[in-house]
Amino acid sequence: MAPQRNVAVVSVAQTPHRRAAAGLSETEMIEPAIRQALDQVGATIDDIGFVCSGSSDYLAGQAFSFVMTLDAVGAWPPISESHVEMDGAWALYEAWLKIQSGHCDTALVFGYSKASPGDLPRVLTRQLDPYYYGPLWPDSVALAGLQARAMLDAGAITEAEMAQIAERNRNAAKDNPNAQLQGSPSADELLTAPYVADPLRRHDCAPITDGGVAMIIAADDAARKFSSRPAWIRGIDHRVDSHNLGARDLTRAPSIAIAAQHAGVADGKVDVAELHAPFTHQEKIVRTELGLGDDVLVNPSGGTLSANPVMGAGLIRIAEVANRISAGEADRGVAHATSGQLLQQNLVCVLEGE
Amino acid sequence: MGANRVAVIGCGQTKYTAIRGDVSMPGLIREAAYRALDDAGLTMDDIDAVVIGKAPDFFEGMMMPETYLAEALGAVGKPLFRVHTAGSVGGSTAIVAASHVEAGVHERVLTIGWQQQSVSEAMWALSFPIPFQQQLVAGAGGYFAPFIREYMRRSGAPDDIGILVALKDRVNALKNPYAHLHEPEISYDSIKESFMLWEPIRYSETCPSSDGAFAMVLGSEKAAEQAQAATGVRPAWIIGTSMKSEPATANGRDQITPQAGKDCAADVYRQAGITNPLEQIDMVEMYVPFSWYEPMWLENLGFAAEGEGWKLTEKGTTQMDGQLPVNCSGGVLSTNPIGASGMIRFGEAAMQVRGQAGDHQVDGVNTALGHAYGGAAQFFAMWVVSAEKP
Repeated sequence: MAPQRNVAVVSVAQTPHRRAAAGLSETEMIEPAIRQALDQVGATIDDIGFVCSGSSDYLAGQAFSFVMTLDAVGAWPPISESHVEMDGAWALYEAWLKIQSGHCDTALVFGYSKASPGDLPRVLTRQLDPYYYGPLWPDSVALAGLQARAMLDAGAITEAEMAQIAERNRNAAKDNPNAQLQGSPSADELLTAPYVADPLRRHDCAPITDGGVAMIIAADDAARKFSSRPAWIRGIDHRVDSHNLGARDLTRAPSIAIAAQHAGVADGKVDVAELHAPFTHQEKIVRTELGLGDDVLVNPSGGTLSANPVMGAGLIRIAEVANRISAGEADRGVAHATSGQLLQQNLVCVLEGE
Repeated sequence: MGANRVAVIGCGQTKYTAIRGDVSMPGLIREAAYRALDDAGLTMDDIDAVVIGKAPDFFEGMMMPETYLAEALGAVGKPLFRVHTAGSVGGSTAIVAASHVEAGVHERVLTIGWQQQSVSEAMWALSFPIPFQQQLVAGAGGYFAPFIREYMRRSGAPDDIGILVALKDRVNALKNPYAHLHEPEISYDSIKESFMLWEPIRYSETCPSSDGAFAMVLGSEKAAEQAQAATGVRPAWIIGTSMKSEPATANGRDQITPQAGKDCAADVYRQAGITNPLEQIDMVEMYVPFSWYEPMWLENLGFAAEGEGWKLTEKGTTQMDGQLPVNCSGGVLSTNPIGASGMIRFGEAAMQVRGQAGDHQVDGVNTALGHAYGGAAQFFAMWVVSAEKP
């Protein structure tokens, strides 16, 4: 028993990623990306068999916030549709299952958020165990600091390496018109900045972003109809680690290695990888768990360190790899998405050209 | 249905009540999960993936609680997936879980829907403030009352149809030990005399606010055969699944009998080979949070012509001993942990097919429909389960 159909990413579109999409509702913000993803392949919503989105009520500040976003899709007449309270990468997973089940041949997926109305690091504390961690309100930057410290103590990374990761990502973002942060001072200069959460400096942390991404996937002939070079999903899998920070080796994320094995990362040469690492040191963890060699081009988009729309940032990784494959710049790539604190939950997707 | 056969091979639920103060969120979920695993003759080690769903995270005050629940669900090292599709979420979650097996990715999937409504105040949580939308209503009842009034006007139904539905469901609930409301003294008159909440919806025609969880184990054909051999209980084969959505507001949208509901029913009947639902479906677990939604959904689901649904209710067709028993479990009118309510409908339909429903079991159920809806009567999820392997 194994999935039988060939499913590919055939169109992706992103919003500009900005600190605040001022004056726009979530619906208004994501609608142009959905429209563009459809227009690029000459499709309308009537050509789409299933729609799935990922977003968070806690970021929107409203229960059932995704109900409004349905207006960005154009769900009239009615559509087959679902929603996950997870990053859009998991919405892609649900849509992929739907196509594998034979219920449809095409799907629209999207992920988005506006973090700007709230205080993102404090909002994310509400994701923590409500008895032991939540009451302490350790914010996402402070927790990442603990993880980075564990890595430094274990000799798994140096502060200079962390600065080099920031420099490389943000310089790569100069070629990404959607990126929020573009360009970087040298690693040496970055290291002169003060700590924001020791040992993290400002450059080690992803920005706070409003934005989103939309994607169209299709099976077999439908994919070939929409794209001259579809980015075929050769493997996709996701796994979760313990939530109990005290029980985890914070320098590791074993769920990534399990997902990578099931997705078949090691089954071929990896040309490009997009890794969902909101903190510099996490890129090293993801890279290590995926078993990527030094020859792999990592985060040519600038990565999450250059644009971080929560609930969309994981799906963007898949979109960026798909873009490079469809453009003929890469033959085989790996995309990684994460959810929760400190890389607790992870999805790995292997994409390939013909 | 699609590529691979899927069956319900285990069901388990908690006792539903206003406040389950004795358990935490993980404790509540594990109670249902263990019962479903026991029913399937399995342990957590046998499970390949876990698919969970609940309504808004604000209800419990935890953002994306799946990461916190990973260990309690035995999901560490496994896929853990979280669905959220408004009131239909329990049904949608079961369908997403089924697709994991249907797609050929996994053999055995544990799925759970839950809500701990006691942690918050659902009515006001569902009364959205400006700037998100026009501030018109107080809770779901305030939202749906005008639709019910319009249904009464269009259909010319007698004023007491809602009372008949409430009486039936609350009496059925007395046969279900897990139901939240057990009201042995309930009567036509007591419902009629209960105070008017949102005209024409009386207090006793309204769902309660509950804590609780429902879990199912879904399995492949091979897993279903093994479970049946181990437990002696037949699987409920899933022979049709569908989810349909439409906007909260759209020009030409009929909120009394939404097109998405009609499309969803047509889709699931097509997959299940159902051309005459009243003849071919043996019982229905239908999402009826306010009494009048029974006749409204009877029409939307094609069991009666438009304007005629109330006649089935009045004739007793939807009673336990009628031609089409509806909500033998007591339904949402007797138990409503929102995020679980859809899964309870889907699961109770499966339990009827498996012959597991105890005192509220209907004899000879071969084919049953599970139905859920959410949002502004705009999100629909349905499945058809059967004793016959498709």
